[in-house]
Amino acid sequence: MTNPTVTETARGVALRLERVRRVFENNLVVIEGMDLRIDAGEFLAVLGPSGCGKSTLLRMIARLSSPDSGRIVTEPEQFQTAFVFQDAHLLPWRTTLDNTALPLELMGLGRDERYAKARAALAQVGLEDAESRYPAQLSGGMRMRVSLARALVTEPRLLLMDEPFAALDEITRFNLEVQLRELWRRRGMTVIFVTHSISEAAFLANRAVVLARRGGKIRLDRRVDLPPERTNDLRSDPQLGQRLGHEMKLLMGAMEEE
Amino acid sequence: MKRILPPLIPFVVITLAVEWMVRSGTVPSYLVPAPSAVLRALFDSRDELAVAFAKTSAATLVGFVLSTVTGIAIAVLLSSSRAIQRAFYPYAVFFQTVPIIAIAPLLVIWFGYGMKTVIASAFIVSIFPVIANTLTGLLSTDPALRDLFRLYGASAGVTLVKLRFPAALPQILTGLRVASGLAVIGAIVGEFIGGQGLGSVVDVARTQQRIDKVFAAVLLASVLGLALFGLINLISALTLRRWHASEQTG
Repeated sequence: MTNPTVTETARGVALRLERVRRVFENNLVVIEGMDLRIDAGEFLAVLGPSGCGKSTLLRMIARLSSPDSGRIVTEPEQFQTAFVFQDAHLLPWRTTLDNTALPLELMGLGRDERYAKARAALAQVGLEDAESRYPAQLSGGMRMRVSLARALVTEPRLLLMDEPFAALDEITRFNLEVQLRELWRRRGMTVIFVTHSISEAAFLANRAVVLARRGGKIRLDRRVDLPPERTNDLRSDPQLGQRLGHEMKLLMGAMEEE
Repeated sequence: MKRILPPLIPFVVITLAVEWMVRSGTVPSYLVPAPSAVLRALFDSRDELAVAFAKTSAATLVGFVLSTVTGIAIAVLLSSSRAIQRAFYPYAVFFQTVPIIAIAPLLVIWFGYGMKTVIASAFIVSIFPVIANTLTGLLSTDPALRDLFRLYGASAGVTLVKLRFPAALPQILTGLRVASGLAVIGAIVGEFIGGQGLGSVVDVARTQQRIDKVFAAVLLASVLGLALFGLINLISALTLRRWHASEQTG
């Protein structure tokens, strides 16, 4: 769909984590000396067991918290970030359109401009007909798509996602994964996608890192060897499915070493 | 009809039962008047009761509005920092624990006989549930949404208006429901000591052994409480019906 109000070629952000350390108030060292480079426009999946520091890492990259030592360098320095949470976290008193337009409202854009952009973002996730509905009137999958539209509406150069599809049923999840992958390919933004799901990481990402249980050590850092265009056929096609299975096996191996 | 009938049936049954018990002498009429006698007292003293009802209503409303505005403002202030909360919340609790009947004579000394004392009494009694519920609501904002607002550079004021306050609205309205009933009680107690209205009617009728008139005044006070409660319910239905489970049926 051609969309005049949403740029489809926004470049991504390059990140460099240098000796990043994060300690919680109870002296629990969540991340210890993490080094990681993420290229502009990369789709990176971050895997690891619960409590390994995946979400903490995302919050630091989003600048919602700071490392206790070390630094996170970005190129460029100033850019728009968007965050998609595990649940949709919509404002229940706002319609789909108003929820989608919220970031632009907070950034001070005028009503007409933000509604035009919000409608364009909703169209990108196939929800143009649901703009006047409230979150309570939407299914779980639709709510997550609104959440995705809300993240995309600012045309972010960095999209951070913290297990966004974990609570959804498998069919909805498969379809959203295809949709996300397609949006990423069109926009060229950097995506960092935290997940527990090995199949999700292998299907979505260009590169996957597996974190150790303690201290955020990287156990595996691997380029996912799959074609750039990924549809649900990838899951069922015998040849491609075999390659997907191989990637999953490698990731699972790194997870099991834990 | 579905809403009116369930509470109406026990009301009619109890009224008829009390009428029968008083008329048959099972319960002496100097303890409990027959409902028909209460109706008669309502009719016979209609002018006096109408004036008293208007005065109590005015004092209750002013006290309630004051406790709503002040209570919400205090809760916003308390929610702004843990240090402020620790320093001042115990004083807010003081308003709940203080027995109004004990300090009512003080109110007369401070504000004199009349409306001001009654309003102060209604205010003191009804402010705590507003503070407590609003504070709970403001402190319960979804942390992920707070992060989202921070991510897009929202100021504390914008976050309060666009996120924390609307998210707290269901709890605020719960506080107002409790406060509405308490405001009526506060006003009646204030009138016992230093004002004119249904409270003073009750007090005078009691000394005259006019128990039917006492019940008539109490009935009107209940009507006032119910009307205020109904008003809050209406506001709740209008503001929450599209998004909050408490106002959604089916």
